[in-house]
Amino acid sequence: MASDKIKDVSDADFESIISSDTPCLVDFWAPWCGPCKAIGPVVEALADEYEGKATIVKMNVDDNPATPGKFGIRAIPTLILFKSGEKVDQVTGAVGKAQLIDLIEKAL
Amino acid sequence: MASTHHKLIILGGGPAGLTAGLYAARARMDHLLIEKGAEGGQVLLTDWIDNYPGFPDGISGFDLAEKMTAQARRFELNSMFGNVVSMDLSEPVKKLHLEDGDPLSCDTLIICTGAHPRPLGVPGEKELTGKGVSYCATCDAPFYRNQHVAVVGGGNTAVQEASHLTKFADKVTLIHRRDELRATKIVQEKAFANPKIDFIWDSTVTAINGGDGVESLQILNNDGTESSIAVDGVFVLIGVLPNNEMLPLDTLKADKGGFIPTDLETRTIVPGVMAAGDIRSKEVRQVVNAAGEGATAVLAAEQYLTNLS
Repeated sequence: MASDKIKDVSDADFESIISSDTPCLVDFWAPWCGPCKAIGPVVEALADEYEGKATIVKMNVDDNPATPGKFGIRAIPTLILFKSGEKVDQVTGAVGKAQLIDLIEKAL
Repeated sequence: MASTHHKLIILGGGPAGLTAGLYAARARMDHLLIEKGAEGGQVLLTDWIDNYPGFPDGISGFDLAEKMTAQARRFELNSMFGNVVSMDLSEPVKKLHLEDGDPLSCDTLIICTGAHPRPLGVPGEKELTGKGVSYCATCDAPFYRNQHVAVVGGGNTAVQEASHLTKFADKVTLIHRRDELRATKIVQEKAFANPKIDFIWDSTVTAINGGDGVESLQILNNDGTESSIAVDGVFVLIGVLPNNEMLPLDTLKADKGGFIPTDLETRTIVPGVMAAGDIRSKEVRQVVNAAGEGATAVLAAEQYLTNLS
């Protein structure tokens, strides 16, 4: 689960957050999802390491159905990287830190 | 700074590792548990567990993982978040190399790295993962409300999760390569009685088709006939592969599947190195025997350390 240290975004403020020039990684999760919890510490560590270079946020797919629907998300955790409002790439599943670094670096 | 040498390192925080941690902490051994994600392991993928004793009404995999973690923590489990990428087991002092940070060393090592779901290995699978191909029904079932999904497999996980999926999907088609299921009888009875589940026997999936999402599956019957069915998603639950990329497989004489053989006391061929849980070479992979092996492994480690001094 995306941790408490990571800011929660909603359908309402999603567009304004991803439209920034600063790359933004969104962790789509739900409270009932084990692998979402498993990946939590990895995402947290990355949020620290990329502070100032990339924004890392999470979105609860139970509370916010519109955004996951728009991006065709059918599995969680899914992490999508955005830059200037455009999707750069995405990964699905409890992947390792190295894979998430590869993803973020695509927009730096 | 935390010490980089420990009498015991436990690699992995699933049921085997957490039980080993519980026993090591209570024995007041100098120990460290390394986990690369959150504690729980594959238990976190399981919707509901009815065969772990002590929970007469069953328990969710999520809750069981939390309770096991809390129990080990109560006795001051020493754990860290880290990803071990390689190790050297050729000397009595074993060395572990992390993705980030200084290497760690130990006198005894318990390998509890577990396993992960096996992919089908067919065209379309990789491209459509997360877009209709899933390996975790508990995680992704709610995305298939009022839709038609397929489950591939015939073991406990496949049949149990097919039943779970009917809470959301309108129809679940279970595709199995044989003409009977391997799952435990009570799990089978529940699936056969469920009007939302139908079965395609003696068949394998040869391709997954779709664009933005899964649209259909190519199916090959054992008699050679080919067909296709339209589905919105497919859950691949056909067993597991070992999490062994950080292990020296030759040194540990891994079996041909990549799992680690041990004796009855969980000792591998390398003195001072034990393996417990799903990474062990064995027939039965259950939460209850993983936990049992975790306990056995700590006792084997203690015995090794006693003989060492």
